[in-house]
Amino acid sequence: MEVLEIVKGLISEQLDIDEEQLEMKTTFEDIDADSLDVVELVMALEEEFNLEIADEEVEKIKTIGDIVSYIEKQIA
Amino acid sequence: MIAGKKAGIVSTGRALPVVRLTNFDLEHMVETSDEWITTRSGIKERRIISGDETNSGLSEIAARIALEKAGLKPEEIDILIVATVTADQLLPSSACLVQAKLNAHRAAAFDLAAGCTGFLYGLTVGQQFIETGAAKNILLIGVDTLSPIVDWTDRNTCVLFGDGAGAVVLQRVEEGRGILASKMYSDGTKAELLDIPAGGSKRPTTVRTLEERAHYIRMNGPEIFKFAVKIMVESTTNVLELCGKKPADLDFIVPHQANVRIINAACKRLGLSDSQVLVNIQRYGNMSSATIPVVLDEALEEGKIKQGDLLTLVSFGAGLTWGAAVLNW
Ligand SMILES: CC(C)(COP(=O)(O)OP(=O)(O)OC[C@H]1O[C@@H](n2cnc3c(N)ncnc32)[C@H](O)[C@@H]1OP(=O)(O)O)[C@@H](O)C(=O)NCCC(=O)NCCS
Repeated sequence: MEVLEIVKGLISEQLDIDEEQLEMKTTFEDIDADSLDVVELVMALEEEFNLEIADEEVEKIKTIGDIVSYIEKQIA
Repeated sequence: MIAGKKAGIVSTGRALPVVRLTNFDLEHMVETSDEWITTRSGIKERRIISGDETNSGLSEIAARIALEKAGLKPEEIDILIVATVTADQLLPSSACLVQAKLNAHRAAAFDLAAGCTGFLYGLTVGQQFIETGAAKNILLIGVDTLSPIVDWTDRNTCVLFGDGAGAVVLQRVEEGRGILASKMYSDGTKAELLDIPAGGSKRPTTVRTLEERAHYIRMNGPEIFKFAVKIMVESTTNVLELCGKKPADLDFIVPHQANVRIINAACKRLGLSDSQVLVNIQRYGNMSSATIPVVLDEALEEGKIKQGDLLTLVSFGAGLTWGAAVLNW
């Protein structure tokens, strides 16, 4: 499965939102995710892709596209 | 005579300070809001010691209630364990002060410091003495008075904590009941995630430590959050496996009350429904070692927990430490 699809799936499950609403340019604010939702999402991503995302990296992430490109770089 | 060899909790009691500090009160103290605190932690108010309320004083009140329910006199206590990180004084232990207040003169009294996991560590330690027969009656108190050691100018920490005490009596119980499994865990490499740097023997109190505000709790919130969710899921699953059970078999999970968001995230991963989770954090905040015995005492009083119910108690805290236990009530 493509990284984007997996990320969308994780976000929609965690925050109970329709995957249709999620696009590359969607921000955390757009989907009402607060800082603890982001922490939870980071945990889910770390488990799913078996990697560790440093705090500095998390701070740079603003959109779903940012997540996807970060992960694609890590697993490439 | 009880035939079984298992240890169990036979009675509970609690004591809470009189003064309530609400989120609205905190709005006048630091830059925060009821909305932020409620959505990020689930806490609405917490209790704070005042006047002559102390760690040992709250312990005494909670203990007397638990002893009375168990039909025990203080002099029948063999071991008195106080799980705390906020004893009245650095020396002697809070347990010795409580012993004197209760006149529990036959008891061996000691404190047990394991951060917010103190109560679960105490439960497992007490369990060993009961099961070997080395002790018959153990009084275990989970108590913390964190309000004097939180930095009331640091909004990252001060909104989360509160003061309180819970006590339980441990004895042998009937076969098939009591503590079915328990585990303690630690990871000292993560000590700096939650600590009080000064006031110990390495950095005793000096003008400099006071100026640096190094006598207050310091915490890395997001890292603790991740750790807490992970270990709650892992250790709950592990202790249940030890007795051949699954999360779905639980009547209740009794989690350490640090943040409702941690509880919700962990319970979702464990596949537990809201009705299986005991929560009172909205009224008390994080009372460290007191959270679990106080939630237990309230749930028993409300008639929620019934004989034969399957429970998992699970906690985490500074150290890092964590622990879990399965009980058949
Ligand atoms: C403490 C905790 C609630 C913080 O939540 P968080 O969303 O991770 O918060 P962060 O630290 O990332 O901060 C997010 C923002 O909220 C702010 N904030 C922190 N506390 C605040 C408060 N009381 N009111 C308003 N804003 C606050 C921060 O300053 C930060 O703002 P900034 O981005 O402008 O700097 C959360 O991490 C937590 O509960 N962790 C576990 C702590 C715990 O349980 N400890 C005891 C273990 S026994």
